[in-house]
Amino acid sequence: MSVQNVGGRETDGTDGTGGHGVAGQRGEARPANGPGQAQGGQSGAYLAHFRVWRGDADGGGLEDFRVEVHEGEVVLDIIHRLQATQASDLAVRWNCKAGKCGSCSAEINGRPRLMCMTRMSVFDRTETVTVTPMRAFPVVRDLVTDVSFNYAKAREVPAFVPPAELGPGEYRMQQEDVNRSQEFRKCIECFLCQNTCHVVRDHEENKAAFAGPRFLMRIAELDMHPLDAAPEAGLDRKGTAQDEHGLGYCNITKCCTEVCPENIKITDNALIPLKERVADRKYDPLVWLGNKIRRRGQ
Amino acid sequence: MRLRGRAPLALHRPPTGSTHRKYPPRRPTLATGTEPSSQAGASGVHAASRAAIPARHLRTDRWWLAPACTAAGLLAFVVYSTWRAFANADYYHAPYVSPFYSPCLAQNCQTMHGGPNWEIFGPWWGLSPALLILIFPLGFRLTCYYYRKAYYRGFWASPPACAVAEPHKKYTGETRFPLILQNIHRYFFYFAVLVACVLTFDTVLAFRDEHHRWGHMGLGTLVFLANIVLIWAYTLSCHSCRHIVGGRLRHFSKHPVRYRLWGWVGKLNERHMLLAWCSLFSVGFADLYVYLLATGAFADPRFF
Ligand code: SF4
Ligand code: SF4
Ligand code: FES
Ligand code: FES
Repeated sequence: MSVQNVGGRETDGTDGTGGHGVAGQRGEARPANGPGQAQGGQSGAYLAHFRVWRGDADGGGLEDFRVEVHEGEVVLDIIHRLQATQASDLAVRWNCKAGKCGSCSAEINGRPRLMCMTRMSVFDRTETVTVTPMRAFPVVRDLVTDVSFNYAKAREVPAFVPPAELGPGEYRMQQEDVNRSQEFRKCIECFLCQNTCHVVRDHEENKAAFAGPRFLMRIAELDMHPLDAAPEAGLDRKGTAQDEHGLGYCNITKCCTEVCPENIKITDNALIPLKERVADRKYDPLVWLGNKIRRRGQ
Repeated sequence: MRLRGRAPLALHRPPTGSTHRKYPPRRPTLATGTEPSSQAGASGVHAASRAAIPARHLRTDRWWLAPACTAAGLLAFVVYSTWRAFANADYYHAPYVSPFYSPCLAQNCQTMHGGPNWEIFGPWWGLSPALLILIFPLGFRLTCYYYRKAYYRGFWASPPACAVAEPHKKYTGETRFPLILQNIHRYFFYFAVLVACVLTFDTVLAFRDEHHRWGHMGLGTLVFLANIVLIWAYTLSCHSCRHIVGGRLRHFSKHPVRYRLWGWVGKLNERHMLLAWCSLFSVGFADLYVYLLATGAFADPRFF
């Protein structure tokens, strides 16, 4: 996710919003290749009040706009209309417009969301819609933030360790063994969870010590992976989750789960199980004793 | 030579820990001559590098409602149970024993015919016997992953709601004492299973009449039945339970029975919050019911 549309780039007006299918009559109301302009007396079109944050690292503020909204549109459509008609230098990052690339993360009325997956129909017509960039990351310009924190954190997680005895094409895994990991693989790396997590959002100084929900989930995924050979390679994913990636900072308040557009149960299925695995390794004398005895018996 | 394959689940990263790199501390902001409109030296959402927005949050929904209700609900229960735990009276009315006083571990307990009387603590224990046993359910719920969320949000505002800035300057989460002790939750789970067994026994005893004859039922029996079902459902839906029955395994395919159990516990676990509240209410209600009977404010309608 790196495309940055700075400048008056126009919505291509194809079937971008079709996937969010809300209005039955939208199909014929808007030509497939048209610029998405108002259709005469089309019912459902109205003027909305938008407030969009404009600025950069040196400062900025919320700017007011009156902008046309059509039935079936999403917030990203409106931002594109602003680019096309009123603020040609409005910076916004987007790619797929289908909730799959994870580029268009922002905060809408204070709630972290994907702009392309937030329908205008959820707002009252008289309501002011406030759009700001994500507030946990350094701002680049307008709605675009610098998310490199997340890439640095991604690199800190040791990758899958291939089992020594298996070659290419020889990996066999049972479905029930990979179900858990597959839920986590739905992640589109929108970083909304990283943005919302109060550990770093409200405490810049914790960024060095805390990997964030997305990457703690990655550790959980690998620790649950049926073929990961990390233990054989002397890598303790459980211990390091706590000691190096800051799992202890998470107080399981579930905001990551609340904002995840892929509806991954990050806290219930990744973070809490990982906390339990850490407890096995570090805080449970019985498990520790059991492992000792079993190893001696072998 | 055969090339080393990588599992379909692997990401495109070298399989070593050698790429470890710590995120560098934030670089100092450049002197640009323009005054950043965010507060100087502030952290969190007002840090200099972030979008300059003076508001702590821009949420327009009633985000405060959930933490307020949670705090009010928990507070009400704490007040009620503290009063009842210290009261040391009105906790037995044959055949019902209040769940707050069961098992009754001190000599100063009221004798409950065939009931959960175990005089482990001698006459030197002068306080309410409820205090001896309530430590366990209290510890269980205090370290419960759901209640942690509830009181961190409701009482400690850490965070008050998602994307609403918390008021605290520093935050270390559960990394150090005392909150690191939350990691012993599983031990409270083991005790909670024992307590649930005793409460099950009490429910069986509730199928008697006031003269301890078997085969009778009253409205109180139903109250106790509902309570014990909810207590078990809450206890078994515990995240530690889910981990113990199967979550800690890496290869479910090699442990079909535990996998099945894990699936069932998972189903309950999805409703852990609901069960936490329902069982909290039901246990308080069962106690209140016994209190009303014992004080004579209400007579138990008998069915047969
Ligand atoms: S559950 Fe943990 S990781 Fe997720 S937002 Fe809350 S503190 Fe952050
Ligand atoms: S876990 Fe969910 S919220 Fe977090 S980056 Fe992935 S898709 Fe986005
Ligand atoms: S544009 Fe791809 S997720 Fe929104
Ligand atoms: S009782 Fe809630 S997680 Fe264990």
